[in-house]
Amino acid sequence: MTNPTGFLEIARRERGYRKVPERLKDWFEFVEPLSAPEVAKQAERCMDCGVPFCHSGCPVNNLIPDWNDLVSREQWKAALERLHRTNNFPEFTGRICPAPCEAACTLNIDDNPVTIKTVECEIVDRGWREGWIKPELSLRGTGKRVAIIGSGPAGLACAQQLARMGHAPTVFEKADKIGGLLRYGIPDFKMDRALIDRRIQQMEVEGVIFRTNMEIGVTVPVERLMDDYLVLVLAAGAEQPRDLVVPGRELGGVHFAMDYLTQQNRRNAGLEHKGEEILATGKRVVVIGGGDTGSDCIGTAHRQGALSVTQLEIMPEPPVRENKALSWPHWPMKLRTSSSQEEGADRAFSIVTTHFEGADGQVTKLVGTQGDAPFALDADLVLLAMGFTGSPPDGIMKAADVETQRVGYETSRPGIFACGDFRRGQSLVVWAIREGRDCATAVDEWLAVNS
Amino acid sequence: MADRPQKQGLYDPRNERDSCGMGFVAHVGGRPSHEIIAQGLHILAHLDHRGGVGADPSLGDGAGCLIQIPDGLFRDWAEGERLSLPAPGDYAVAMCFLPGDEASRVAAIQRLEHFVRIERQLLVGWRDVPVDTSGIGAAVHASMPVIRQAVIARGPNVKDRDAFERKLLAIRKQTLNPLSREARAQDLPGLADFYIASMSSRTLVYKGMLLAHHLGAFYTDLANPLTTSALAMVHQRFSTNTFPSWRLAHPYRFLAHNGEINTVRGNVNWMNARRRTLESPLLGADLDKMWPIIPHGQSDTACLDNALELLLAGGYSLPHAMMLLIPEAWAGNAQMEPARRSFYEYHAALMEPWDGPAAIAFTDGRQIGATLDRNGLRPARFVVTDDDLVVMASESGVLPIPEEKIVRKWRLQPGRMLLIDLEQGRIVEDEEVKARLAGAEPYGEWLRETQFNLKDLPTAAYPPVRTSELDLQDLQQAFGYTQEDLKFFLAPMAAQGDDPIGSMGTDTPLAVLSDRPRLLYDYFKQNFAQVTNPPIDPIREALVMSLVSMIGPRPNLLGHQAGTHKRLEVSQPILSNEDLEKIKAIEDTLDGAFRTTTLDATWEDKGPGSLAAALEKLCVEATYAVLKDINLLIISDRATSKNRIPIPAALACGAIHHHLIEHGLRMQTGLVVETGEAREVHHFCVLAGYGAEAVNPWLAFDTIDALTDAPERQANYIKAIDKGILKVMSKMGISTYQSYCGAQIFDAIGLSQGLVDEYFTGTATVIEGISLEELAEETRRRHAFAYEGADQLDLGGLYGQRLGGEAHAWTYSSVANLQHAVRGQLPDKYRAFAEEINNGRSMRALMTLRPAGDPVPLDEVQPAAEIVRRFTTGAMSFGSISREAHATLAQAMNRIGGKSNTGEGGEQRDRFVTDERSAIKQIASGRFGVTAHYLVNADELQIKIAQGAKPGEGGQLPGDKVDAQIAAVRHSTPGVGLISPPPHHDIYSIEDLAQLIHDLRSVNPRARISVKLVSEVGVGTVAAGVAKCLADHVTIAGYEGGTGASPLTSLTHAGLPWEIGLAETQQTLVLNGLRGRVCVQADGGLRTGRDVAIAALLGADEYGFATAPLIAAGCIMMRKCHLNTCPVGIATQDNVLRARFTGTPEHVINYFFYVAEELRELMAGLGISSLDEMVGRTDLIEYAGAADHWKAAGVDLSRLLHRPEGDARRNDAPLRREPVARIDLAAQELLDGPLPAVLEMEVTNVDRSVGALLSGEVARRYGHEGLPDGSLAARLTGSAGQSFGAFLAPGITLELTGDANDYAGKGLSGGRLVVRQPERAPREAAANIIVGNTCLYGATSGEAFFAGVAGERFAVRNSGAVAVVEGTGDHGCEYMTGGRVVVLGKVGRNFAAGMSGGIAYVWDPEGRLEAQCNHAGVALEPVDDPEWLRTMIERHQKLTGSARAAEILANWSGALAGFIMVMPIEYRRALAALEAEAA
Ligand SMILES: Cc1cc2nc3c(=O)[nH]c(=O)nc-3n(C[C@H](O)[C@H](O)[C@H](O)COP(=O)(O)OP(=O)(O)OC[C@H]3O[C@@H](n4cnc5c(N)ncnc54)[C@H](O)[C@@H]3O)c2cc1C
Ligand SMILES: Cc1cc2nc3c(=O)[nH]c(=O)nc-3n(C[C@H](O)[C@H](O)[C@H](O)COP(=O)(O)O)c2cc1C
Ligand code: SF4
Ligand code: SF4
Ligand code: F3S
Repeated sequence: MTNPTGFLEIARRERGYRKVPERLKDWFEFVEPLSAPEVAKQAERCMDCGVPFCHSGCPVNNLIPDWNDLVSREQWKAALERLHRTNNFPEFTGRICPAPCEAACTLNIDDNPVTIKTVECEIVDRGWREGWIKPELSLRGTGKRVAIIGSGPAGLACAQQLARMGHAPTVFEKADKIGGLLRYGIPDFKMDRALIDRRIQQMEVEGVIFRTNMEIGVTVPVERLMDDYLVLVLAAGAEQPRDLVVPGRELGGVHFAMDYLTQQNRRNAGLEHKGEEILATGKRVVVIGGGDTGSDCIGTAHRQGALSVTQLEIMPEPPVRENKALSWPHWPMKLRTSSSQEEGADRAFSIVTTHFEGADGQVTKLVGTQGDAPFALDADLVLLAMGFTGSPPDGIMKAADVETQRVGYETSRPGIFACGDFRRGQSLVVWAIREGRDCATAVDEWLAVNS
Repeated sequence: MADRPQKQGLYDPRNERDSCGMGFVAHVGGRPSHEIIAQGLHILAHLDHRGGVGADPSLGDGAGCLIQIPDGLFRDWAEGERLSLPAPGDYAVAMCFLPGDEASRVAAIQRLEHFVRIERQLLVGWRDVPVDTSGIGAAVHASMPVIRQAVIARGPNVKDRDAFERKLLAIRKQTLNPLSREARAQDLPGLADFYIASMSSRTLVYKGMLLAHHLGAFYTDLANPLTTSALAMVHQRFSTNTFPSWRLAHPYRFLAHNGEINTVRGNVNWMNARRRTLESPLLGADLDKMWPIIPHGQSDTACLDNALELLLAGGYSLPHAMMLLIPEAWAGNAQMEPARRSFYEYHAALMEPWDGPAAIAFTDGRQIGATLDRNGLRPARFVVTDDDLVVMASESGVLPIPEEKIVRKWRLQPGRMLLIDLEQGRIVEDEEVKARLAGAEPYGEWLRETQFNLKDLPTAAYPPVRTSELDLQDLQQAFGYTQEDLKFFLAPMAAQGDDPIGSMGTDTPLAVLSDRPRLLYDYFKQNFAQVTNPPIDPIREALVMSLVSMIGPRPNLLGHQAGTHKRLEVSQPILSNEDLEKIKAIEDTLDGAFRTTTLDATWEDKGPGSLAAALEKLCVEATYAVLKDINLLIISDRATSKNRIPIPAALACGAIHHHLIEHGLRMQTGLVVETGEAREVHHFCVLAGYGAEAVNPWLAFDTIDALTDAPERQANYIKAIDKGILKVMSKMGISTYQSYCGAQIFDAIGLSQGLVDEYFTGTATVIEGISLEELAEETRRRHAFAYEGADQLDLGGLYGQRLGGEAHAWTYSSVANLQHAVRGQLPDKYRAFAEEINNGRSMRALMTLRPAGDPVPLDEVQPAAEIVRRFTTGAMSFGSISREAHATLAQAMNRIGGKSNTGEGGEQRDRFVTDERSAIKQIASGRFGVTAHYLVNADELQIKIAQGAKPGEGGQLPGDKVDAQIAAVRHSTPGVGLISPPPHHDIYSIEDLAQLIHDLRSVNPRARISVKLVSEVGVGTVAAGVAKCLADHVTIAGYEGGTGASPLTSLTHAGLPWEIGLAETQQTLVLNGLRGRVCVQADGGLRTGRDVAIAALLGADEYGFATAPLIAAGCIMMRKCHLNTCPVGIATQDNVLRARFTGTPEHVINYFFYVAEELRELMAGLGISSLDEMVGRTDLIEYAGAADHWKAAGVDLSRLLHRPEGDARRNDAPLRREPVARIDLAAQELLDGPLPAVLEMEVTNVDRSVGALLSGEVARRYGHEGLPDGSLAARLTGSAGQSFGAFLAPGITLELTGDANDYAGKGLSGGRLVVRQPERAPREAAANIIVGNTCLYGATSGEAFFAGVAGERFAVRNSGAVAVVEGTGDHGCEYMTGGRVVVLGKVGRNFAAGMSGGIAYVWDPEGRLEAQCNHAGVALEPVDDPEWLRTMIERHQKLTGSARAAEILANWSGALAGFIMVMPIEYRRALAALEAEAA
């Protein structure tokens, strides 16, 4: 801790955003980094707590007080080392993590947490800029082959860890590109895809083999992999979207959010996409679901030039301020406004959708209730962003014939492990990284005994 | 005589402590008379109150009297027996305590007679010592030995009397030394009890387990007019427990001792290590018959007596030997004359000081004298009469002598000696004795020729190896370095040169319970002084401290040869890499005077047993080297590599050190440790404790070099370590590194007995634990981590919680669950909290509970509302925490009927009458705000001896925390930092504690008196002593306890878990039959109902919590309490932060009820319906063990769970000795009548705490303001007892004609004290002592006029009183923060040390003050307010009739120029700031 009273003297300052009208014109990231000295000042606010609540609040248990201290002394390189010790991909979390660490920060009792995520992001971005981030080759090779199914953050973290332990991981991905939801799901304006490619290059040098367009259980049978690899790690995500089974669901213009978002990712990347074109341009868009996926739909719709965007939430409106006495250091239930919502969206709460009305097979109206009152809304495009229920029941789960466990990464079948959303259900990138890492350790221990 | 219980459970007789009163009378001319003996006994009776009262009040702790051999008595006996007795001086008397059983007795007698015969002396006969047993209690009677005297005549083979004495020693040693072995061999257990109290042709000792006033009646010899002597040395013992024994009474053969020898373990080891180097021309072959010189299992005084008698027999004179054993502080004393300094420095290589507080009277029958330890930590007053009598005693007034006969009243001063040579018939003053001895040989010259200081040696030709950057991290890992070592220790130490500070308690597992490999050092907990001796302030009293270390072999102690022996000295024991190179090259530099070799302390792992083999090899190599005349061994782990694992340095060092001791070779070589492992202060202390004379932490230096390139980095680091070592030493009251070295001042926790016995012989260990194999495994894991594992340093997580680091009790989830539970009243959350804690890695988690019977229904269990009354919140000062937090705790406790505690910072007066009042008022060493008014507003008065987080240490409240309010409660100045001294300056010993308890009891007879101790091995014995001091309550605080600020070194490495201390306390109290008297409280790391249950079962009646209720009130374990930046408004005085405090009394109340409910559920399950039934039921605890844990498997709690026979519970009618206060009671009657009123009475030294009871009454009736000035006056004549005028309230004046003892004016609270000598006294007042030591300690207001000289530490911690005195001893005005002191005469050394407020005016016409003053914080200036000064002196003259004052006033303008004003710099700045603010 360089300055014991830093938290009293220095005001919390977050990264800013590009102005709304301007950022809506493109698909680039809109968060504007703080200057390095300013980040160092922000890090100076950290008090190096005896019990660092941030550190336990962060799913990957980032050594936050340690790197805050180093950053405040402008020892960026040491900070980067310390950061990578717990987090394989801080450039992802530094952009798209909701930062439960900041909720847990002791300064958040007073609503002024340390800008941990900003510091994290600057450490790693600077690391890349300065060329400090290089492949970390394992000194010894075990040659033990591990197949990882799914190339989302969980699969990637797991693969990187295994490679650094000296094993030989191969990542199988059914899509045409590596990255999972980071690639096809999370909008480009939240995170530049180039970040993924950079990491993949690093990992390839470290010895990770990537195989795309391979849907395990479909293009390649699970049992074949079992023959070729000592261990299988299922990191196939939780792709099954929750549906809204009401009259009118079959009408044109009612889509799952993921179908919509993925198309735009591909469009941005200059890639083809299968199926019907879903665009919000000039439309009255209704997003059902008040979560992050919903928000991503809003941002995407705005950038496509939607006429209007409305977001419906089934739950009642949460309080604006949480009761800190009972919530801190946990992640509180409260009304949050995402950057996409800020860009202009009507929000309605306690909405139960009862049916859709349409004309010519196209949706025109959504009908339901708000509490006891009737509710109706004109709509040309309805996006369902109501969460995910897990991995598709007839997908890889069935093909591999496994069940995941509540505790531990091993599945019901020896030699088959699971991690990420696939294991814990829909979650966060940072949790996926944590699971990928821990799973790699579990695999390593298993290999030590069983091979 | 089988009177002492054997070692059992945690009780170990070797922990017994004693202390006492002692004195002597002697006729300077050497004229023997019976009168002298009567006077000696009179002294004894008047020191009675310094003794203790055990469970059986007729049982004394021991008393005794040493006299010259009364020839008349023995001649009379010889005539009666028709024996022929040689001329006086040609026969000796052996005072024998013989076994009670016939067979053993016969064997004992035969044994003695045998050796008398063998040594060719002649037995004259046996005399039965007549005793009168009528007055003594049954227990004493039962333990009484058969007492007979053997009269032995000088044999023809002995040429003179001195040779006769040496022969007698040889006989006694041979008779007694192997006695216990002999007893076993002959199957006569009683034989082991045979004891010879004295055996000399000159002196005779009468002593026993008797009360002081019984001694004379018991030994009828002493009443026999034929018994004459020119001297009588007497002693009254106060043992901390009730197992005193006949032999443990003083005097010993040469000495009577009031004090403690803190370094005794080391001293005894070193003495016995001399076996091979010791040779004496005088003793010749007899020397070999005397081993062991110091047998094991004796009291520390007995050990010292043994050492002294060896030196005397070896030809040293009595004063010379005393100077050797207990040297003055010379190293840091620039004022000492060079010859004397050389004398001490020369002798430093011969003998390590026997260090500790001590007043020692010594005699060989020809000379009698006394000396005081270097810091003057015991009182000793003496008078000389016009008819050549010298009376010396712990107190003045013990022998009534008409004032007009006394020509001199003085005291022993620190390090000084009083010597009376009865043969020459004169008093030899300190100056003279020492000048004579110092001049006897050319010590200075010898030193110049033979003594080499390392820093003066040329730099070695080869620069030290620097670790390459590539290896650095591997090595760091192999030695267990963590990120925290760099961040919390090395980097700050290299930058600031200080041992780092932290706050709150340790909540990590003991090393043995940790899942992680921990360094061996972590298994050693530092010992510290509590009650029986005082810790030292190494900063403010630096003059007594010394880090000088002698490296290399020691000369023959009895050689007396001129200094041909080459010596190597370092001024401090941390060697830089360059220093070590110098040592390695020393053979060439110093022409072969030193020969070094490096022993490789690394090993190649070849599985189990390989470490043991490596150690054995190391020891053999060491022995071999020493035998080859290599006299400097360097134990080195530099060879650490991928294939070689470093042996833990303390293990290697301890193994070699003990091995060489055992073979009598240790004195022939020096030990230097070259290690990559040591980095923290504690590490160096452990190495020193096990024999390292110097340490080179090479990797620490390499690491620092890699961290920074600041030029001062290494010097700063060494400075930080040095300061830290001084602090650790001073915690135990040890002042020199030389005596600390090898003294093993540690408790081992988590090491198996086998391991300790083998390599750390003699260290106490209580719960067993790892053996060498696990230790090897731990070391191996670190090494593997380096060479096979991670490429980054381990995180550590000891000081700040980190995932994957060390486990903590307070975590994200335990804190959150507890806070949510109490705020939202969510019992499930509490349960989750309790479950996490109860399953943590603690000693209590290893225990399981066994039902006492069938479960009882929950509603039949004692209700929670009753249970919570047994709860208290911990002492936390207003100052360390905010008023809001403090008041919240108080309100909560008042509402539920528990108690809160003020802590050591006083309490704002407005709180006395509201629900924010703290029922417990603490009295700590700083005495902040401790006034009569404060004391009467308490239900319990707690004397804080120590605190778990930093036992043996003082504290400091930095100036920025002292705002106007805090300054007001503490009677200080805003903005000026405050110091709490390490010791209570009125508690240097157990009898002092009894006195303080007496003072407090007098002021507030209604309050319970509590004493707060910290768990360590031996605390049970101290607690027993506390009970014998008549305290009502004792707190045993564990090392986990919190703190507002403390060095990390103490936070983590000092003290033991409360479980151990509590169990020992319970066992010792029960064994002593004292358990019924006191209420026992556990404190330090209590968090849950289960914790309370375990505490109750181990013996606690009450339970103290500090951190947990703070957490309930919002603390989130920031551990920033010491920085004033607590973000939740608790440990801060910053207004902005205080506003953030959100805790409420309800939160705290909810917490305590949850704890109580959890406890009730447990009780129901155990089948117990009330807490009282649980206390001491260790049979309900089962040790579950930790068989599956790689380290904890060896832990064994059976000693902890031992349940001794006896009454295990508190009874409701505790013994109380109501203060007898005849003067106060008389005065109190006057209070009800018309005022002003005057009282006239006589006073003696038995009248203690005069004025205290009266002041309590005044404060109760009239509050803080008391009575108007002049309301009540007491005119007294005589010698007043201790604490004269303690806490004297406003409106009361005590005028004493005579003198007063220690602590006069202690806590003065507004009253006035006048002490003057009688007009008829034939002495110059300004050259004689009038009041004792530590006067006006903690005075807050009032006035004192003392017409004479005061003892040491005058006006220490005075914060408001005004005083005039005519001279002071050492350390005057120490830690003073307010008030004014006028000294019309000389002051002692170290004047104004730590003084941060108030002003002193010293009349110093000779210009001595400059040298006597501690200049660290004060400026010496001309007087700024002559008018005030003059008025004060005028009043002094008027009130006391002072001649000195009259003389000064007669020539005021001239005299004024001789005055110097001592002004604290910080105080001046703060006053200026206040003025500016007001303007
Ligand atoms: C729209 C949206 C926005 C989000 N925004 C955020 C955010 O801002 N911050 C955040 O922290 N989290 C966010 N999340 C959640 C986050 O993306 C996921 O929790 C995370 O990506 C889970 O990682 P994963 O590796 O477990 O699975 P995924 O990222 O889902 O990856 C699983 C991969 O497995 C592949 N796969 C599936 N089956 C097979 C098979 N049989 N054979 C081969 N490959 C297969 C899939 O194609 C996919 O690439 C968001 C999620 C969505 C849907
Ligand atoms: C902030 C703080 C200040 C303290 N100040 C004192 C004090 O002035 N005197 C004292 O005897 N103990 C003091 N203590 C120690 C407590 O009284 C108590 O013994 C200890 O904290 C109990 O352990 P626990 O905190 O684990 O419950 C303090 C503790 C804390 C946390
Ligand atoms: S990964 Fe997320 S939770 Fe962890 S530090 Fe970064 S922003 Fe915070
Ligand atoms: S909780 Fe906040 S202040 Fe504390 S260590 Fe973490 S980031 Fe720093
Ligand atoms: S540990 Fe200390 S700094 Fe505050 S949060 Fe707790 S009181």
